[in-house]
Amino acid sequence: MLKIEDLTVEVNGKTLLHDVNLEVEKGYTNVLFGPNGAGKSALMRTIMGFSEYRIVKGSILFNGEDITNLPVDERARRGLGIMMQRPPDMSGIKLRDLVKVASKGKKDPEKLAENLDMNRFLDRDVNVGFSGGEIKRSELLQLAAQDPSLYLLDEPESGVDLVSIEQVGLTIKGLLDIGIDCPGERCKKGKSALIITHTGQVLDYIQADRGYILCNGTVMCSGNPLKMLEEIKNKGYQECITCRLMK
Amino acid sequence: MQTDEMSLKKRAESATEKKAAYGEDFELEKYEEGSKVSKPIEDLRTLDEESKRTLLQVGVIPSEEGRSGSFLVLDNAVSHSSLKDENVELMSTHKAMEKYEWLKDYSWKLVQVDADKYTAKTYLEDADGYFIRVPAGKKSAMPVQTCLMLGSKKVSQTVHNIIIVEEGASLDIITGCTSKKGVEEGLHMGISEMYVKKGATLNFTMIHNWAEQIGVRPRTVVHVEEGGTYVSNYICLKPVRSVQTYPTVRLEGKGAVTRLNTIAIAHPGSVLDLGSRAIFNAPGTRAELISRTITIGGRLIARGEMIGNAKGAKGHLECKGLVLTDKGSQLAIPILEANVDDIELTHEAAVGKIAKDQVEYLMARGLTEEEAVGMIIRGFLDVGIRGIPEELKNEIENTITQTAFGM
Repeated sequence: MLKIEDLTVEVNGKTLLHDVNLEVEKGYTNVLFGPNGAGKSALMRTIMGFSEYRIVKGSILFNGEDITNLPVDERARRGLGIMMQRPPDMSGIKLRDLVKVASKGKKDPEKLAENLDMNRFLDRDVNVGFSGGEIKRSELLQLAAQDPSLYLLDEPESGVDLVSIEQVGLTIKGLLDIGIDCPGERCKKGKSALIITHTGQVLDYIQADRGYILCNGTVMCSGNPLKMLEEIKNKGYQECITCRLMK
Repeated sequence: MQTDEMSLKKRAESATEKKAAYGEDFELEKYEEGSKVSKPIEDLRTLDEESKRTLLQVGVIPSEEGRSGSFLVLDNAVSHSSLKDENVELMSTHKAMEKYEWLKDYSWKLVQVDADKYTAKTYLEDADGYFIRVPAGKKSAMPVQTCLMLGSKKVSQTVHNIIIVEEGASLDIITGCTSKKGVEEGLHMGISEMYVKKGATLNFTMIHNWAEQIGVRPRTVVHVEEGGTYVSNYICLKPVRSVQTYPTVRLEGKGAVTRLNTIAIAHPGSVLDLGSRAIFNAPGTRAELISRTITIGGRLIARGEMIGNAKGAKGHLECKGLVLTDKGSQLAIPILEANVDDIELTHEAAVGKIAKDQVEYLMARGLTEEEAVGMIIRGFLDVGIRGIPEELKNEIENTITQTAFGM
């Protein structure tokens, strides 16, 4: 579904990512681990197509199509959807209106908002004065309206209080889970996701298929996500860097 | 009284050549004085379709549905006046001056006759206009609508309006200023003196919709007494040659409040010099001056001034301007003045392009770049007119949509 090959990305002439290779298969939920400043958010935003991120080498394939040079809206139309960590304040734009246009008028904002307890935010300006947790719920609400086939979730649990984590986790589960248990079938029809997590808390709610570790702007390693998480918790990321250097 | 008039006349005569402090200087001789007589229009519904559309575009409803009363000035003649709300008085300024001896204490007391050549001309021409008054404790059930229309080519229109909202009363006014289709050139001068008495409320919405070669020089001063509230919404979204206005609200009584909202779009060839001024002359007074302006090729000057002369005054001034093409320009000039201690005046000004991250955020939700920009512009202007009547809002939204997508 999503295939990233030898990707090198610059922002303001500074290289943030280099030679990144990563894949999210159809129906898979893959996880991106990495220390602060490794370039995880930059990778997500590059995949979505934000113009600040200049691709100097490599390519991004989505469903076999080269989308490396497509604008953001074209990518959204092809099925990419992002949950941003720090979205901009949208003064004057009501959350209700954004949810409406994101769903192309097909879904009722009130109904969608119920699941996330966001009804009272529908008439507020998007992100203006929202707390960390409210931003996450607002982003998920917009994604629920948009209904993408690949979810790019940038730290869905950061800044969320303990009670709301469950709400956020279950919502993500609800968005990704289309009621198919058979792995073979899931690969054909299921939703895909690439999730950045520091704490791994979100993994209590969803089934992750593969993990990637991003350090110093490139992918160091990939493997079983839960095992990776355990390893990181025990030894930190230094081990990954050393291991890579050994190779 | 006679000596009063004599001295006013003298002052006005001395100012007939006096240029205004701001804005292009118009040569008054180049315009013919608009006619002071016109055929009365009994029912606005009998107007031709074109004229009715013109009225609707400035929020004036020909059927008068949802309105307490209607008043129409065509060039310099009052051509329609009707009223169905017994809580409101509505008549021409001339009639009111005849009817009420005391009105001389309100006429030309807030706006100075010798402020500039435009006020002088309006005084010397003995301009007519509308007089609206709500007696103490009464409330207009629905907005009163008034329309000032330039109906003939190359004429000058002078208007003198007086509004009095007595103690504890409340009034909503929608004023549409416009020109008949085909009238591309002219000059409008409008004097408005507004009195908001103790505990009273005045909501004043003004929509301007002129043509490419029209000059517009409104002169407005508002006097607000203790606990009174004055809210103004000024909207100018269509092409015009030059508008220069700097309405001033004097907060004269304890706890008086005002909010002035301005939204405007400067088209190529337009110069909009739009100001708002609040003077805090009593303790605990508050003001909020909000301006949201866009240029798509014209020049926009957003002035804002707050003068704090009394303790406990609190005010916020916000000028935000978008520049959507290389040909347009935006100038924001906020002025804050504190003359005693215990005053809190703040301002926030920003001019520039639409933030790319905002556009791309919406694009990431599937909107095209054009749709995203349109949504941001609507939202941007919307902040400037929160609290405007719903029906008017729809009309304004339509204009914004047309403007945003017609770029």
